[in-house]
Amino acid sequence: MSASLSPLPALSHPALEAVEITKRFSGVVANDAVSFSLEPGEIHVLLGENGAGKSTLMNILYGLQKPDQGEIWVGGKAVRLDGPKDAIQQGVVMVHQHFMLVPVFTVLENIVLGVEQTRGQWGQLGVLERAKPARQIQALADQLSLQVDLNAKVGELPVGVQQKVEIIKALYRGARILILDEPTAVLTPTEATELFELLRRLTQQGLSIVLITHKLKECLAIADRISVMRQGKMVGTVYPQQASESLLAEMMVGRKVILQVEKPLMQAGAPVLQTRRLVVWDDRHQPAVNGVDLTVCAGEILGIAGVQGNGQTELSEALTGLRSPAQGQIDILGQDQTGASPRQLIEQGLAHVPEDRGKNGIVKTYSLADNAVLCTYYQPPFAKKGLIRPGAIARQATQLIQEFDIRPANPRVLAGSLSGGNQQKLIMARELSRGAKLLIACQPTRGVDIGAIELIHRRIIAARNQGMGVLLISSELDEILALSDRIAVMYQGKVLETLAIAEATRERLGCLMAGMVQS
Amino acid sequence: MADVKQKPFITIGRQLITPLLAIATAMLITVPIIGFTLNWDWAKVAVTYGGLLDGALFKQYAFANTLVSAIPLMFTGLALALGFRTGVFNIGASGQFLMGATCAVFVGYAIPLPPLIHPLVALIAGAIGGGLWGAIPGFLKARFGSHEVINTIMLNYLAFFLQDWLVKNPMKDPSPTIVRTPEILATAIIPRFYDRLHWGLAIALMAAYGVGWLLSKTTFGFELRTVGSSPEAARYAGMKIGRLTVLSLTLSGALAGLGGAVQILGVDRAMPVLYSSDYGFDAIPVALLGQNQPIGVLLAAVLFGALRNGSDVMQLRSGGAVSKEVIFIVQAVILLFVAAPAIVRWIYRLKLPKSQLETAPLTRGWG
Amino acid sequence: MEEITGFLKLALITATPIALGAYAGILSERAGVVNIAIEGMMLTGALVAQLTAMYLYAPLQAAGIPAAEIASLCLGVIAGILAGALLGGLHSITSIRFKADQIISGTVINLLAWGMTGWIYQRWMTATAPTAPGTFPRIPIPGLRQIPVLGDLLFNHQPIVYTMLLLTGVIHYVLFYTPWGLHVRSVGEHPRAADTVGINVERVRYISTIVGGAIAGLAGVWLTLEQVGSFTLRMSAGRGFIALAAMIFGRWTPLGAFGTSLLFGLGTALQIRAASLASASAGLAMIPTQLYQAIPYLLTIIVLAGFGGKATPPAASGQPYEK
Repeated sequence: MSASLSPLPALSHPALEAVEITKRFSGVVANDAVSFSLEPGEIHVLLGENGAGKSTLMNILYGLQKPDQGEIWVGGKAVRLDGPKDAIQQGVVMVHQHFMLVPVFTVLENIVLGVEQTRGQWGQLGVLERAKPARQIQALADQLSLQVDLNAKVGELPVGVQQKVEIIKALYRGARILILDEPTAVLTPTEATELFELLRRLTQQGLSIVLITHKLKECLAIADRISVMRQGKMVGTVYPQQASESLLAEMMVGRKVILQVEKPLMQAGAPVLQTRRLVVWDDRHQPAVNGVDLTVCAGEILGIAGVQGNGQTELSEALTGLRSPAQGQIDILGQDQTGASPRQLIEQGLAHVPEDRGKNGIVKTYSLADNAVLCTYYQPPFAKKGLIRPGAIARQATQLIQEFDIRPANPRVLAGSLSGGNQQKLIMARELSRGAKLLIACQPTRGVDIGAIELIHRRIIAARNQGMGVLLISSELDEILALSDRIAVMYQGKVLETLAIAEATRERLGCLMAGMVQS
Repeated sequence: MADVKQKPFITIGRQLITPLLAIATAMLITVPIIGFTLNWDWAKVAVTYGGLLDGALFKQYAFANTLVSAIPLMFTGLALALGFRTGVFNIGASGQFLMGATCAVFVGYAIPLPPLIHPLVALIAGAIGGGLWGAIPGFLKARFGSHEVINTIMLNYLAFFLQDWLVKNPMKDPSPTIVRTPEILATAIIPRFYDRLHWGLAIALMAAYGVGWLLSKTTFGFELRTVGSSPEAARYAGMKIGRLTVLSLTLSGALAGLGGAVQILGVDRAMPVLYSSDYGFDAIPVALLGQNQPIGVLLAAVLFGALRNGSDVMQLRSGGAVSKEVIFIVQAVILLFVAAPAIVRWIYRLKLPKSQLETAPLTRGWG
Repeated sequence: MEEITGFLKLALITATPIALGAYAGILSERAGVVNIAIEGMMLTGALVAQLTAMYLYAPLQAAGIPAAEIASLCLGVIAGILAGALLGGLHSITSIRFKADQIISGTVINLLAWGMTGWIYQRWMTATAPTAPGTFPRIPIPGLRQIPVLGDLLFNHQPIVYTMLLLTGVIHYVLFYTPWGLHVRSVGEHPRAADTVGINVERVRYISTIVGGAIAGLAGVWLTLEQVGSFTLRMSAGRGFIALAAMIFGRWTPLGAFGTSLLFGLGTALQIRAASLASASAGLAMIPTQLYQAIPYLLTIIVLAGFGGKATPPAASGQPYEK
């Protein structure tokens, strides 16, 4: 492992090198003369916040975007990448954060897509060859001791397996250089460890790997070298031995970051949310939530930890009236609200920060002001006798903009033009402005910058301090640990265990997230 | 970033560039078409083209007649605009127009009522007829998720067959030789005030004001627009999507039906077989050219009314060689340019800033 | 028995343009381009085919070419197909290159088709037009024609009916058994995934939409050169839209669309036979002819309500691809 660390630039060419890459998008500089080099056989982590320019750089190295200036070198030769096809030809393959797999295709079809073999002379209109590639893929999988059913539909496989399919797909294309974009976002800690072991095996076979992440801990655990980007610029490259979490965070953000929010002890009050034996079906009529009992009290934050796709989405939808539960009961503020509509729940005192802010949380084509009253537009003072009162709405928006530091501070700008962080602040501001008693916050900081994360975390704590009950659903373990008073772990539609924050260690939560219950 | 501090004057100018260029280009395109038809006999081309202008504007009472032709388009255009603003693509305005006309003509000839009350009742009947015809695809969309584009087209045909049967059987005027309904009673007529121009114009203006008021000033309009812009967000905010979908298609249908009623009571006074018209399809470019804003729709309707009248005279003056259907080509080109501003930018090498959300689709897929 | 065979045969014949239209829709929608312009492509194909056959018939005769009728008809078919392909190209340029709303782009083409056909018909195909060569003759297939019942039902048709039957299998094979089909479907389901493995998303969409347009053009050719022998204004009469319903009900598969088209064909056959049915019994005579005419449209609505909601269209259908 340490062999690849010794810097011997004169003897071997870097496997992949980006030289002074600049890329602009309609005036915004996404990459500002960025240089980056990947040594053969190393795992090089690229660290940065959302919007720091990591993905742009990788898209350029993969031929998906063309740089305005700069050069790309592969194995010591300058190359021109007009598309992913060129990159693949050079042995560079990317595994995207959102898997590039066609859900209705089989594993085999996904792996051979674009590099099919045919029988006969008809080219692309010949009969698709399945048996021969199947043998080759099986051999590859065996070599890495991976188990995959080639005839399974990809959409029906767990995400962890889908990721393995992505990696096999890359190797089948003869990848020598792998680019992995946020590969652990959807994995349990155990699965992440497995993935890292697999990556290590791959480097031993001579592959070089770029791994993009914003998670500091895993970065220190896996990297041979770490490069940090901020606001389109390369800040620096360090060895993990020299780095610490706080140093990396400071490099990422450009200032000292307080990783922990202060949280006074609170006496929990009466229950504001209780579920009993709650069962919720997913879109395919399978039980996604399977008999969940939860209690959230006034003045406490209950965190729901778990890997994405273990029923959290369906749970939040059932609690907010967007999906009717199949069985069980939901009590809010002591009243049975099973099957109540979103409107009824909102009027009962529910605030909801939805998981997908672009889809549910805001109307992109509406002004910031209209979005600020999206749930209360019909209530006084925003409306009177069915007529809208724009003055009152504008005043409300101006106030929320000030309180939550939303930028640009203009109630008339379209919500769709705001950055992710500001959109999320807008939603948070709207939901906390209604005097609600219960907040259901789903992935409240997904894809937002650290500044917005700090503000949102402070606001959630402040709401709790004022006696609001909070159900926090997040797949970021750090967020759950930082905010929660109690933590429930969801696995395959069930709550495996609920822990007080004092007894919740990262290791214990990790085991529970993987479905292992300690006896 | 959306720069909102722009001077409003410039903003309006920018908004007008695309429609104006669209109209100009579409008109230019007809020149070679007409030229080719007439074997490049430029004298004839000039006469033909002059016919278009005369028929639209300059002949005696031409502008009044242009407005008469524009009135039904104002209604169907508003119907489409309301639909687009609230997330439904109502291609069924033709059928709704027809059902509105059928209901209005029935009230007009069969139910004796005092003046003033009579046209009012007939108009309401027309709006209800069109509204119900629009409610059907609304219900089918809300309940079964079937796409309103196909269903409204099918309902156009069904309206046509239903009307055909009604006019040939129960509603047939027993006396005359041509197959049509009886003429409406004198009490039901919407009177004229200048040549053929009738007070239906005032009703159209009120409808335009009403649509604008409903959409921008009321909470109900806010709900309709939210469902149109983002159904998921509307559901999240506690709005009832299914109900709103049915209502928006019903309202849209009612506007088209009202148009049919106004046309019967103000212009035709009896309904023949084959009372089908292209008011429903013309409404698509009218609404889009008017940028789905009531005032824009009114102006676009006047333009299309002018083209319609002009094309009749044009066909005549060309000695029948140039079909008046050429006007569909003009409409197609206008619609194309308005729907894809990128084409206008490309042809004219304009450096117009791309509006932030231009790529947001007006309509959605089959889902 | 003979009456039933005749009825089924009529159903198969009237199903032909609907099935072809549905295949056109399948090809472009499988690649992610919604196509409501099939109606306009059909109408244009019908006109151009007729126009070509009409104006080439006399010169070919004069040139002493044997079987000038068939020759002019064949050239008409080619022209009709090309016209459809041309409109397919226009639809793909506006929706792929200029990223226009695909339903509006389709509406544009329908309007354009009405305008163009109206214009050309008025000027060149009314009073002064030359004689048309008529329609294609039936081509019984030797040997197979002699099979009792089936022989007449399946193997005694005009050429476009055969082509439709053939295309059902060909499109099924291409979509589900070849690399090209894999590419088309991946582009329609997850264009980004296709792009990242080096498939040229735009190229696949262009080709699929253009080939689809060609097939829609052929559906139109059936109207003029195989069914009627002359052109009338808006003679496609909504078949392009019914084809879309057949595509949806057939779940975007050629075999399913073929089956649904047959169903619609039965409805149309019923409507055509309405008169003779009415003369057969007084009870049937009570049913207004308009009701028979309405059957295919009613059927479409019912079919969409019953099954459309449950069918899953290609995931990326209707969305322009942004890199």
